[in-house]
Amino acid sequence: MKPLERLARPGFLLGFSIVLFWVICALFGGFLEPQNPYADDLMNALAPPSAAHWFGTDQIGRDIFSRIIAGAAPILSVAPAATFLATLCGTALGLVTGYAGGWIDALLSRLIEVILALPLIVVALLVLVALGPSSLNVTLVIALVFTPIIARTVRSATITECKLDYVPAAQLRDEGALHIMFVEILPNILPPIMVEVTVRLGYAIFTVASLSFLGFGIQPPSPDWGLTIAENYGLIVGGYGWTVGFAALATASLVVGVNLVAEGLAEAFG
Amino acid sequence: MDTQDALRISDLSVSYNATPILRQVSLAVAQGECFGLVGESGCGKSTAAFAAMRALPRAGRITGGSVSMDGVDVLGLSQQALRGLWARRVSMVYQDPSRALNPTITVGAQLMEAFSVLGMRDARTRAELMLAKVQIPSPSRVMGVYPHQLSGGTQQRVVIAMALAKNPVLLVLDEPTTGLDATVEAEILDLVEALRREQGTAVLLISHNLPMVARMCDRIGVLYAGRLVEQGPAAQVLHSPRHPYTARLLSCLPGGGRRKAQGALQTIAGQLPPSGAPMKACVFAPRCDRAESLCHNEAPPARLAGKHMAACHFDPPFPASPDALPEAASSVAPTRVPVLEAVHLSKTYGAVTAVNEVSLRLAAGETLGLVGESGSGKTTLARLLLGLAAPDEGGAILLDGKAVGPTLKARSRAERKAIQIIFQNPDSALNRAHKISHILGRPLRRLAGFSGKALQGALAELARGVRLGDTHLAMRPRALSGGLKQRVAIARAFAGRPRVVICDEPTSALDVSVQAAILNLLVGLQRREQVAYIFISHDLAVVRYLADRIAVMYLGNLLEIGPAEDVLNGPHHPYTAALVSASSAATRIRLKGEIPGPGERIAGCIFQKNCPRKIGSVCETVPPPFDPYALHPIRCHIPREELRSDTNDRH
Repeated sequence: MKPLERLARPGFLLGFSIVLFWVICALFGGFLEPQNPYADDLMNALAPPSAAHWFGTDQIGRDIFSRIIAGAAPILSVAPAATFLATLCGTALGLVTGYAGGWIDALLSRLIEVILALPLIVVALLVLVALGPSSLNVTLVIALVFTPIIARTVRSATITECKLDYVPAAQLRDEGALHIMFVEILPNILPPIMVEVTVRLGYAIFTVASLSFLGFGIQPPSPDWGLTIAENYGLIVGGYGWTVGFAALATASLVVGVNLVAEGLAEAFG
Repeated sequence: MDTQDALRISDLSVSYNATPILRQVSLAVAQGECFGLVGESGCGKSTAAFAAMRALPRAGRITGGSVSMDGVDVLGLSQQALRGLWARRVSMVYQDPSRALNPTITVGAQLMEAFSVLGMRDARTRAELMLAKVQIPSPSRVMGVYPHQLSGGTQQRVVIAMALAKNPVLLVLDEPTTGLDATVEAEILDLVEALRREQGTAVLLISHNLPMVARMCDRIGVLYAGRLVEQGPAAQVLHSPRHPYTARLLSCLPGGGRRKAQGALQTIAGQLPPSGAPMKACVFAPRCDRAESLCHNEAPPARLAGKHMAACHFDPPFPASPDALPEAASSVAPTRVPVLEAVHLSKTYGAVTAVNEVSLRLAAGETLGLVGESGSGKTTLARLLLGLAAPDEGGAILLDGKAVGPTLKARSRAERKAIQIIFQNPDSALNRAHKISHILGRPLRRLAGFSGKALQGALAELARGVRLGDTHLAMRPRALSGGLKQRVAIARAFAGRPRVVICDEPTSALDVSVQAAILNLLVGLQRREQVAYIFISHDLAVVRYLADRIAVMYLGNLLEIGPAEDVLNGPHHPYTAALVSASSAATRIRLKGEIPGPGERIAGCIFQKNCPRKIGSVCETVPPPFDPYALHPIRCHIPREELRSDTNDRH
């Protein structure tokens, strides 16, 4: 069976539809929102879900349905950007350590282990406290933490490839190390990289939401979901569950969707 | 026949995912008989074995016919009865013994299990007896070790012991010696033969190696594209085949002491039809020289001559194909000018000496056969010469008399392009991500300095040189057959016009008919390009055909080097004698004991622990000096006149 045929499974298709839905929201949110997600309406604060406000309103009367749709954009720009950056750096680092071996590998591998030993959220918090919270800093910090994880996957795939005879064959025809790493080896290890990237994207979404919730991520008045939960979670006890529930559901659905896609890819290519 | 056949297969057809793989195969194995099923890869021989046991993989389905084992209808059995049959009546031994044994359980425990599942008591005693029966020297010691502590040959003995524990009616052997060295293969086959006579077990032996099967078996069946095209007594099939395919297959073998100077090898034109292709007429007709319109339109009946069946419209003799005619024997007279020289090359990895003080000279345009079993250091020696690994201090590699750097980085571009290699396995050697045009174009650009239009021209010419077409250039390796892939690998080695090409078992992964074409190609390229070959192989018939001189290695040491005929016919080293004799049961020389493991230190002669001709304590001292540049030096204490030659053996 061809890889594309192997992707035609219910799990992957469901995940793909969920992710596609949120991507459409992120790209065309402006056309889909029934109301301005930033417009307050204090007369209608904390209104429960109704025909006028499908998901209800928050403390200052903003339409939660519109804010959920608008909230797809910040998380779907920060998380993929961070994952993309980590993939670029991690792939380069993994190829170099895996191909070069010897002391370069030993040195970089220890460095990678040091970063891996630190709890992700703690490192992120420390860096964000030092640099100040902003979308750019969140992107950079997640990329920093994910780079070694991707590098580790790429390194082991590279080592496996280096055992094949096409690598000495390339050395014997006078190819440079850069050509061998990026033209000869890289195309063969794209499938495991692709799987790793999707898995990382799921974690990145989760991390962005966590950091925003803790106040170190995306800043108000953004309709970001993590931020929305942080601003409203005190209201749950008052019976205003809709202010938090829909944002939590949105975050969860996106993470689950991405993970279903990752699983489908891993089965098809891994 | 007064008893039931051990196995009777009638009109058996098998499909994988609706693709027919096996078509109406009928054969019978009598009690105690050895039946050989031969064919090239993809002809369906393993499928036939699995179908006979009703143990096909999930995608496989038996679409017609019947199988009976010792009178029991296998296809009609319930799942439970089938498991009972597997447990008590039939055993199977696969190609790779290391995968058949559980690495986490001791040999003894695994073997005892084979007895205890049958409800036998005294499993330990029986297991030890069984190990003794398969000629393992110290059964009680082997009982306590784990599989990885044993050599491949001993592992296969253990698997055979497990298979025979239940005293089966039928033993199925699927390429049982393919991964093993020649001397070990010979021992395993001897063992199977002896056990068969003793226990009266019927054997179904599956192999691609027609001569080996013919030696072992009473009767042979030949499969081609899922059909049994010929079946009969072994000697008749081997010496007077009645199907053109068998006849051509036999003539592809470089056997009978043939040399390249006597002409090219026969090949079979065309390729095996893709599996599942509709076949109403004769399956071999598209590749057959004898084929007439009848063959292309009508399926041939299974015609009998005595007990010898062939599915062919015609009777032999079959016309020889035009390429069988000996080519003008314009063999290049190898010059005496050395192009490559190894001087005291050693390579140690920790405590393991992979190559020990090897010196040799390679003359321009000559072919040096490099022979030795696994662990002999021949591949490490190749890596040293190529610069892929650096030799230990004190060794040197000379190209045209000038020392070259120990590693690729330390060599100049001209030095790098002078020595190239054709790897054993094209699947590993060709980058699966790239098209053939990239795989061949890069070395033309990097080593030969072509670019632009000239590169396109050179690429087409290079491909033509190995008989690849323009369509192949646009393909990726996976779309090519094994033979075509190896042609690409050969073309790549020749792209930079090398002086020396190391051929590391270039045909061992290929079928016989493809091997012949590749060997012919190598001979032709050598004539045209005046390149010297170091031809590494374990197949002495191939080495004899191709090599001008032969070097024999054992545990990293060069034991003997000399003109090919002298080395093979003798007088030669006792180890060479054992290698040469391994292919014939009558004169086989057995090695003593197990081959020492890597890192084991052996004082004196390196071969003394296994030497069947050890003359005494003198062998524990260093053999007399050995001049690697003499005509035919032999590293042995026994005086040359007393060393065996082949002619002595026969009388």
